[in-house]
Amino acid sequence: MNRNFAQTWETLRHGITIAQEDTWIRVGMDSGGIAAGAGRLCERLVTEVAAAGRQIPVRRVGSYGYAFADPLVEVKSADSPPTLYGRVDDALAAAIVSEHFGRGRLLDGHIIGSRRRGTVINEPVTGILVKDTSLDDGDKTGFFKDSLAAELAEHGLADSVQTVGALDLGIYDEGLAVQLLPSGVTYTNVLSRDISRIVTESVKERTVLNHLLWAQPDPQERIVLRNCGIIDPECIDDALRHGSYEGFVRALTAQTPEQVIDTMKTSGLRGRGGAGFPTGLKWELTRQPVADRKFVICNADEGDPGAFMDRSVLEGDPHAVLEGLLLAAYAIGAAKGYFYIRAEYPLAVKRVQMAIDQARQRGLIGDNILGSGWDFEAAIRLGAGAFVCGEETALIASIEGRRGSPEPRPPYPSVQGLWGKPTSINNVETLAAVPWIVAKGGEAYARHGTEKSKGTKVFAVTGKVRHAQLVEVPMGTTVRQIIFGICGGVQDEVPIKGVQTGGPSGGIIPEPHLDTPITYENLSELGSIMGSGGMLVMNENDCMVDVAAFYLKFCVDESCGKCAPCRAGGYQMLQLLLKIAKGKGTPEDLALIRRICQAMQYASLCGLGQTAPNPVLSALRFFEHEFLAYIEGGMPYARKLKKAMAEGRNLKDVV
Amino acid sequence: MNTAVLPPVSELEPEVLQQIDDCVERWSDQEGNLIMILHEIQNHHGYVPRESSLLLAEKTGVPLARIYEVLTFYHYFRLVAQGKHHITVCNGTACYLKGSARLLGELESRLGIKEGETTEDRLFHLETVRCIGCCGMSPALVVDETTVGKVATTEVAGIIEKIRIQEDTHE
Repeated sequence: MNRNFAQTWETLRHGITIAQEDTWIRVGMDSGGIAAGAGRLCERLVTEVAAAGRQIPVRRVGSYGYAFADPLVEVKSADSPPTLYGRVDDALAAAIVSEHFGRGRLLDGHIIGSRRRGTVINEPVTGILVKDTSLDDGDKTGFFKDSLAAELAEHGLADSVQTVGALDLGIYDEGLAVQLLPSGVTYTNVLSRDISRIVTESVKERTVLNHLLWAQPDPQERIVLRNCGIIDPECIDDALRHGSYEGFVRALTAQTPEQVIDTMKTSGLRGRGGAGFPTGLKWELTRQPVADRKFVICNADEGDPGAFMDRSVLEGDPHAVLEGLLLAAYAIGAAKGYFYIRAEYPLAVKRVQMAIDQARQRGLIGDNILGSGWDFEAAIRLGAGAFVCGEETALIASIEGRRGSPEPRPPYPSVQGLWGKPTSINNVETLAAVPWIVAKGGEAYARHGTEKSKGTKVFAVTGKVRHAQLVEVPMGTTVRQIIFGICGGVQDEVPIKGVQTGGPSGGIIPEPHLDTPITYENLSELGSIMGSGGMLVMNENDCMVDVAAFYLKFCVDESCGKCAPCRAGGYQMLQLLLKIAKGKGTPEDLALIRRICQAMQYASLCGLGQTAPNPVLSALRFFEHEFLAYIEGGMPYARKLKKAMAEGRNLKDVV
Repeated sequence: MNTAVLPPVSELEPEVLQQIDDCVERWSDQEGNLIMILHEIQNHHGYVPRESSLLLAEKTGVPLARIYEVLTFYHYFRLVAQGKHHITVCNGTACYLKGSARLLGELESRLGIKEGETTEDRLFHLETVRCIGCCGMSPALVVDETTVGKVATTEVAGIIEKIRIQEDTHE
């Protein structure tokens, strides 16, 4: 606290152009985007830009979250708002340079409309996005677009207002929707007779047609994902330009560690790794003990199958996580921090290593950080494919170079952790939220969410959903809002059966309970958990006996073998489930399964064993009839169902 | 395990010796370095040869049993050399729901091997992985370093054939 914030902050950002560029191309280069061909696309765009003799910077960014539309390219030219293109191929990449930049034309069928929808029209309308959002057969987008273009032409507006079909507007089952650019004013349930009013009143007079206006606020709030898809994750200058490390510099120059902890307590942030322990309290408990060394660890061993939140944050904004780790270390008084990252995430490992190296060059890591007299070092330790290492004590064992066996708690890591020293272990998403909280204040964060579950939560929505993507919503949002409001509902209109949260430690939320607001307490009442944020949509073609066996098999494979309830209980239960799935089960088997579940919950040593029965219990609680059908139907039924599943047919037709 | 068939550490390839020396040197001042050194050895060889473990035990003073305890506990480490081309089926929940089991079955019957095995010509190695985090593109395969998303069962034959043709033209 020897120097003031403004001075230090300015020195840190010295030499960086802070002014935003007005022309750029951003390519979503996360693992998902690269798998969809973003790497080749990026090269193609650079070639096209050079061939056109233009100077447009092509930048790599992380994922914006729209996994369904990978690869994503966002473009901004000097005289228009940013435009996001999805499902971009080579031909479209060429057209982006020649048409979008060359002739100022929007490209049909690939634009993802802005979720920041306007309510007033202040500037002349330059473009109209059209999308038929109704779920019935027959896409009327093209027909409607032509009618709108014809109407515009009649009013002599054909050259000044473009009409293009959109890929997605983030609105579903609301008839024909149009979005006016650049204001973002969006109309839904538009009928043919509304066309002339849209042109005469909204385009020409700039008045908003209130009866058509989509005035619902965007259900998403981006705090953790604030910079994902915006900054170049491999360039610290770009991160600093967007305000990264401001919270850290503020804390280091103007706040005591106790003040940082108080801010975290005010924010109400709870651990986003699953258990939901209050972060401020965890830091306080780690700060209190007197020790010669203390450690902070970022748990990036995202092992839940079907979850990619942490990967997306690490790949899209590693600096947010590093800044969070720095703040945790400062608050606790730790001089060394570790990122424990899965070896299966090579790109995340690479980008975090680059973030650490670049932060060191800027003096944010190392000795006497920014002249404060405080020293801190950060390093990466790789996981090696063991789910149990997400458990705190097993993770510590793994960093120490041992096999990942959990230890009984207490003592908790906050007292006796890495090499027996007080250690705070925080999840990626938790740490990524910390800088925002320190920069904006605990109260600002606490305004989001509910009374007991504050702030926002990132979910990776996948499975049988129309638009698989990453969403960040305030706590208290319902599952139905996420699946239907944000992700467009189910795939192929097969009715939803349930939504699985929390991975192999969680449970299934059945369709009738989808209106439950998401909080730690509500999910646990339903027999599931918040978990790290995987959200898997299952429809009526998914057999719950099969799903329960899938998750249980995962836990059986991943059991470390140390304690008997988990090692033997899990295995025996799996045998019973497989027996039922073959049509050889008896009603007594169900009772036995329940008893084994109880024993595992009570007697297992660590979280893995205690929660491994959750998917099975949850399936039994809400879908017992499916188990009974197997038992009653016997082997003929089991064979019929197995065949239908292998062919991907609707199970309802079979039974 | 029978150690008699293995050469004494002093007779190992100089290149292997050098690599392990480098690793140990680089990580010597770091606490809990064993797993990171094993990662480097596997990155270099594609698996962790027994000779390297013997040498590592000698250099670091960590008992061989401890090294093997770690190697056999973690799924990521391999103890035998793998085939030239790796086909990995993602078995995350999203992929599972969308038919990764069908993909695996198709690959197994086309290649004539089970998951975790290598073909006789050592051309293909087939394995499954928990989750590669590309759930938006499920079901997904990783062919060598490249992720292929939204794979239909009917595309499997083509994927295998493409690699076979590449190999033939190389020869």
